[in-house]
Amino acid sequence: MPELRLRVNGEEHVADVPVGTSLAQVLRERLGLTGTKIACNEGHCGACTVQLDGVPTLSCITLAHAVEGEVTTIEGLRDHPLVQAFVRADAVQCGFCTPGQIVSAAALVAANPSPTREEIRHRMAGNICRCGTYPRIEEAILTWRD
Amino acid sequence: MARLIRTEKEVEGRFEEVWLAVEEDPLTQWPAGPRDVVGRPAVRKTGPERARGEARYTADLRLPGMLHAALLRSPHAHARVRRIDLAPALALPGVRAALGPGEAPGLDEEAGFAGAPVAAVAADSLAQARAALEAIDVEWEVLEAVLDPEEAVARGLLLGEPRRYERGDFERALAEADVIVEATYRTQTVLHNALETHQAVCEWVGDTLVVYISTQYLWGVREEVAEAFGLPRDKVRVVCEYMGGGFGAKNGAGEYAFVAAELARRTGRPVRCALTRREENVAAGNRNATIQKLVVGARSDGTIVALGGEFVNAVGWSGWSSSTEGPMKMLYACDNVRTVTYGARINTPPMKAFRAPGFVEGTFGLECLIDELAARLDIDPLELRRRNDAHTNDGVPFSSKNLAECYRLAEKHWERRHEVRARSDATWRYGVGMASQIWYGGGGPPSYAWARVGSDGRATIVTAMQDIGTGTRTAMAQIAAEELGFPLDRVDVALGDTARGPYASISAGSSTVPSMGPAVRAAAADAKRQILELAAQRYGLEERALDVRDGMVVSADGGLSVAVEEVVGLLESGQILGKGARGPNPAGMSVLTFGVQVAEVAVDVETGEVRVLRVAAIHDVGRIVNPLGARSQVEGGIIQGVGHTLSEQRLLDPETGQVLTRTLDAYRMPTIADVPEIVCEFVDRPDEHLTNLGSKGLGEPPIVPVAAAIANAIRDATGAEVRELPITREEMLRALAAARERERRGAPAAV
Ligand code: FES
Ligand code: FES
Repeated sequence: MPELRLRVNGEEHVADVPVGTSLAQVLRERLGLTGTKIACNEGHCGACTVQLDGVPTLSCITLAHAVEGEVTTIEGLRDHPLVQAFVRADAVQCGFCTPGQIVSAAALVAANPSPTREEIRHRMAGNICRCGTYPRIEEAILTWRD
Repeated sequence: MARLIRTEKEVEGRFEEVWLAVEEDPLTQWPAGPRDVVGRPAVRKTGPERARGEARYTADLRLPGMLHAALLRSPHAHARVRRIDLAPALALPGVRAALGPGEAPGLDEEAGFAGAPVAAVAADSLAQARAALEAIDVEWEVLEAVLDPEEAVARGLLLGEPRRYERGDFERALAEADVIVEATYRTQTVLHNALETHQAVCEWVGDTLVVYISTQYLWGVREEVAEAFGLPRDKVRVVCEYMGGGFGAKNGAGEYAFVAAELARRTGRPVRCALTRREENVAAGNRNATIQKLVVGARSDGTIVALGGEFVNAVGWSGWSSSTEGPMKMLYACDNVRTVTYGARINTPPMKAFRAPGFVEGTFGLECLIDELAARLDIDPLELRRRNDAHTNDGVPFSSKNLAECYRLAEKHWERRHEVRARSDATWRYGVGMASQIWYGGGGPPSYAWARVGSDGRATIVTAMQDIGTGTRTAMAQIAAEELGFPLDRVDVALGDTARGPYASISAGSSTVPSMGPAVRAAAADAKRQILELAAQRYGLEERALDVRDGMVVSADGGLSVAVEEVVGLLESGQILGKGARGPNPAGMSVLTFGVQVAEVAVDVETGEVRVLRVAAIHDVGRIVNPLGARSQVEGGIIQGVGHTLSEQRLLDPETGQVLTRTLDAYRMPTIADVPEIVCEFVDRPDEHLTNLGSKGLGEPPIVPVAAAIANAIRDATGAEVRELPITREEMLRALAAARERERRGAPAAV
């Protein structure tokens, strides 16, 4: 089995993982980082979003061996002010989509700390929330620095 | 003393007669309005752990030695397994066990829909289990499949007897009506698609079966599993601490749980069985399609004199025929009503309850019909609804009803229609529509809770309920904190495990707060009484002169003010234990929720694009416990309703019965970009007859009127009558063309 080297949340990991394994699977099954959720496993919902060098990426359709650079998961963003902003705004219902939402939102505010509603709607449209927390997510991102 | 009674119990609009031991509920309701904690916005108790990815869902559970199961599903809409050979699968690497038809509940020889499970495999890895499915050799006997619900009704292929209802003399009233409007409405099949798919992990520990499952009803799962495996109920432990959404599809055990339990029994190892997203879109339940042939007769002054409906529920291979006729029977004061409802048994995936099942569909039909009537009578739709507001439910008084107040609060939103319409140009037409809401949501007994207060002056509410993402923990903690006189941050809620708490209600049918809240309050009151007993003895004061406020035991004369931890701290490791039960529902009364929504839309008459711009929702659900969480429920319901109205549709291949829309790409749910402005208001008056709390449920009411309000706004904007969901561009263009044709011929809007 080819050796896999990954940098996740500032830590080096080395593991033997079959070629063809998704990044999401490695994170969840090998590294125990279950904050990254899998809801569709085919790139349609955003629940599995992580950052690759700061860019939001769907880890369920990313091959682990193809990853170069730094992976940031929700576990690496636990102290991000967005977490409190989401809680304050009540942007968490069942919470299954929430880690993915926050990882996407963190990339958004890193690039643009004061996004407009329109920008939020555009940049967050890949993260589905079946509970319908969208208005609260908008508010959380608009007020994340409060 | 508990009183044994025989009573009717309602869940999701279905009634059954049950025995109940009800305990009297001696607590009087708190006065209306915000209290110290109840009625004030509170952030979610488990918000941080969910947001930080620390909350462990069933999907995250990995037990040592755990196997993975996969299900073999029928490729045919109707077929019988004539012969099945599991041996080739069992011979593959990593495969530990396999089940054929009849070897676990839910695996049947006869497959009644494409996607029905017939066999299962457990292997070391999911990939191995899936590969092994390919090796199973099945010889199918393909049977005739009926996919068309109307054909099923014509041929008498029904689930249960047709449901008939009549009051008054419908025929005569219709004959005497000044105006009659008749129309047929159709609603599509939609899917719950909670983000956590249906799944369970089962493990045998000694003679106890432990079921970790994503569920809305721990105790329902316990009962079903115990029965299936012939176990005493207490030998089944069901656990669900966090769950990723249900919307009605997770009210019971499901074949994935039975299969995991049986495979775990055979292998002696924990087994996980989780549906993939594609399986979820095929076989995890749906809001079934309906066909509604409706008629209304009215006098020219707007009095509705006759309502009639013939309803077909396309139930699928199994399930139940939900109360699509409910709104027609209950919403308006009409003396003459006749309905018949057929549950068509067809070879399609079975329905499951989905957020106000039946009433969402039935309200679309009825409330569109009422607006078509308003247009014919040239009466303002709000005025027409007011004139026909029901004052009893078929003769039974309401425990509380503030729909008139909802209408009053809706006026300012309704008034906007002049200004909204004026925005129209040649391409984009703007309009405003409304629809009323009626639904259950009163909850009921039994439900129990314990309250534990430790020497640190903190309280934990213990009850084996589940929090499906609706903010249950928070609402329960608020109720307990209010009653105890504790600050909210000193109250926790421990739930999610049938072995570690008393029986609690299902989280469905908008019943969690009205069922559990009064039990939690009663438990907190019992604990508080004991705290005061201790304090009275310790300080030599009269118990009735004492109270707890903001975590302090205080005397009426202000002489005593000590922290609760000082009083309970006397016990050191000892604790105060309170217990509480849900009291009975008011006898001889109808407990229902009400509301009205006003939608604003823009329609591109060239392309058929519909945009929902704004929805104002006013609901009457009794006392609001947490205004912050309540608003989220309303928004979530409306957003799901917008998807139901405009974009969501499960499509079947009409030849084979195969589900075509299996991915979240093909099945289009709303994204953040599709969300209208949502304005949310509550009447917020406790139902004085309902429990010690006066609260009804709110999970379902907000989705009920959405589709009709949008369709009525579209009519207002364009004159087009959309009578079919979803309102795709195609459907919109068809309705626009029909409206133009009608205008050309100068025919009336509806006949
Ligand atoms: S789980 Fe990766 S996009 Fe849905
Ligand atoms: S909070 Fe449930 S899916 Fe987003």
